[in-house]
Amino acid sequence: MDLGVKPVSFASSSASWKSADGVPDQFPAGLRVLVVDDDPTCLRILEKMLKNCLYEVTTCNRAEVALKFLRDNRNGYDIVISDVHMPDMDGFKLLEHVGLEMDLPVIMMSADDSKNVVMKGVTHGACDYLIKPVRMEALKNIWQHVVRKKKHEWKEKDFEQSGSVDDVERQQKPIEDVDYSSSANEGTWKNSKKRKDEDDEAEERDDSSTLKKPRVVWSVELHQQFVTAVNQLGIDKAVPKKILELMNVPGLTRENVASHLQKYRLYLRRLSGVSQHQNGLSSSFMGPPDAPFGPMSSLSGVDLQALAASGQLPPQSLATIQAAALGRATTKSAITVPLVDQRNIFSFENPKLRFVDGQQQQNNNSKQVNLLHGIPTNMDSKQLASLHQSAQSFGSMSMHVHSQASQSNSLLTQMVQPPSRTQILNEINGSHALNLPSSVGQPVLSQGVPNAVLGRNGIENVRGPPYTSVSQPSTVVDFSRSQSTEFLGTSFSLVSNSGISNLTSKLQDEVNSEMKASRGFAPNFDIFNDINQNRTQDWRLQDVPSTFETQQHSNVRGSLDVSSSVLIQQQFSSNQKSGQNRVPPVNKAAFSVADGLGNSSNIGQQLSSSLVDNPSRIKAERPPDMGYQNGLFSEHFGQEDLMTAILKQQQGGMEPIENEFGFDGYHLDNLPV
Amino acid sequence: MEGHQAACMRKALFDQGYLDEQFLQLEDLQDEANPNFVEEVVKLYYTDSARFIRSIELTLDKNPFDFEKLDDIMHQFKGSSSSIGAKKVKRECTQFQEYCKIGNFEGCMRTFQEVKQEHAALKKKLESYLQLARQAR
Repeated sequence: MDLGVKPVSFASSSASWKSADGVPDQFPAGLRVLVVDDDPTCLRILEKMLKNCLYEVTTCNRAEVALKFLRDNRNGYDIVISDVHMPDMDGFKLLEHVGLEMDLPVIMMSADDSKNVVMKGVTHGACDYLIKPVRMEALKNIWQHVVRKKKHEWKEKDFEQSGSVDDVERQQKPIEDVDYSSSANEGTWKNSKKRKDEDDEAEERDDSSTLKKPRVVWSVELHQQFVTAVNQLGIDKAVPKKILELMNVPGLTRENVASHLQKYRLYLRRLSGVSQHQNGLSSSFMGPPDAPFGPMSSLSGVDLQALAASGQLPPQSLATIQAAALGRATTKSAITVPLVDQRNIFSFENPKLRFVDGQQQQNNNSKQVNLLHGIPTNMDSKQLASLHQSAQSFGSMSMHVHSQASQSNSLLTQMVQPPSRTQILNEINGSHALNLPSSVGQPVLSQGVPNAVLGRNGIENVRGPPYTSVSQPSTVVDFSRSQSTEFLGTSFSLVSNSGISNLTSKLQDEVNSEMKASRGFAPNFDIFNDINQNRTQDWRLQDVPSTFETQQHSNVRGSLDVSSSVLIQQQFSSNQKSGQNRVPPVNKAAFSVADGLGNSSNIGQQLSSSLVDNPSRIKAERPPDMGYQNGLFSEHFGQEDLMTAILKQQQGGMEPIENEFGFDGYHLDNLPV
Repeated sequence: MEGHQAACMRKALFDQGYLDEQFLQLEDLQDEANPNFVEEVVKLYYTDSARFIRSIELTLDKNPFDFEKLDDIMHQFKGSSSSIGAKKVKRECTQFQEYCKIGNFEGCMRTFQEVKQEHAALKKKLESYLQLARQAR
């Protein structure tokens, strides 16, 4: 058994291979492979197989030793193959280290072929996953990962040199600004979309080519460093080079930072865009004055950052969310209306998220965002729809709330705006996958509620200062897509619920629990897809402002905030649909949700009052529902009651909606019909 | 003569399900530079697997029963066994893991005996075969 022994014969060939720009004649011969496996039998077999492929093989049976080899000889290896299950260090941890420090392609191996383990490999950045027993054929082609990675690096280098990435971003900004100033959401959305597309393309360029390469894992800590650096420089002045210098992380390349920054900027834009659309209700909220957010799609991570920047998100949490979002975002392509990516994003993180999305979509369709995501019940999509409706009615209430809670509003804003779910999903997924292992909110975001997602993250992170500035409703609602509204609402609620309540406590824990609670419904990716399809309504959050207020109010309350945000979103979606600006229903819903969450007493009251206040508004949108909801709402003010009430209302009102939605995924078990 | 005998024995091992196609992979790796590769790997396996078996026995003796640990050890053992194509051993390992998952102590004990049996049986057969094969070369 060789331990660190390198066959000399290949030394020259590997050297030549390394130096050549293209692929030398002998390639892939001489590929320098480091194999790590604690099983001596497997190790010996692998070694022989690789030698038969004419690769240069180094073996070791301990991960620590492997890392030492790699560190001592930075450029001495081209690819690493590691077993998942090792006594001294988890294979995935090794994978992360290698990805971060050396940025080499890493292939994972295991006798375990269960989906979640394979998925873990993918999410940790493994460029491939082999099932044991490993066959010769599988090893013969590992060189492709090396080439792919190198190709990507070259591309990035070119990119860097031409500064195209930064240029693209800069160009986009003005456009967005212009759009923003115009009242037309579409205009903004289009621009945002264009921008987003371009960004996505850029990202895809990175992603597709790096699909299989070990990418930098934007862990919470790393992302936080990134955020700190960006904040230090100022979001407008933050260029990858400087960020990289400030971060001072070994093994991190400018390209990594650049692509991460891209995502982050998109996120911020989304955040700010949401708030801005809301008519500047939350002007103060949006710290980073990025261009109008337009489609949220790009936001997920950015919003969080914005939140953080505005001092509302604790850096850590923001980092987490962003990291997750950004991380995910890269993997996914643009979020377009059909949330194609949702599935991807979602799959690994939280099935729950899907739920959220689905709900959101539903909401969109049903005009009301079912803010009651936060409500811990099993909700069908249909129920969601009904919730959504009630959410609308709540929206009016939430308006009231909104005024009081600043944070939630901001959060909502973010959440509400996802132009495309997929984007959100992508982003969420990205971020979630990376950083918030358990947080439900994250996955949801990625689901495609661009704004929602962001909001979620933001909400989760924002424990502290309320975002008064949050996008006041206008921004949130910038749903150019019908789906989004729903989606937003859904995700928003999820996020908000979790986020707001989490504000005071652990971000993730709450999110998870929140998510869980509200997720009673079966998470599924499928749902999201369904939802996307169901989107029929164009949601435009014109009422964002109102939502915002509500949110703010809820923020104050913590859990209430979450719900308000949720409500607000829903509200937005519903408002969007009807083209009214009304926050009330949403707000109220949010509010009630919030109550359910826990802070409710105050909010409840507010909600009820807002309900009362907004009945007229609500009526415009959904008279029957609203009335129903309002009535119900005022009855239940208790924290738990509110939620239940809302749910009930939703359910009750949902019947007709269910058909509309055709939502299959959710089951609102707890909702009394 | 030995060559023929070796071939027959080899065929029997495959036909009777003791070995699977992974063993063929090992054979493919054997070449002039490594003429005893298969034997070398099999020896390695049996040395290493003794460790696994011991470890499982110790864990089975402990109280309270640690199913998770057992499953863990067995997972590694299975991986190792599969890498040399030990088909029957692998099957018993899987069965053992199933019992671990449902927390069936009796099942675990019973299956573990099977594992040891298959493990030992294969060892004998492989030793005979490899000896014949070496002589035939």
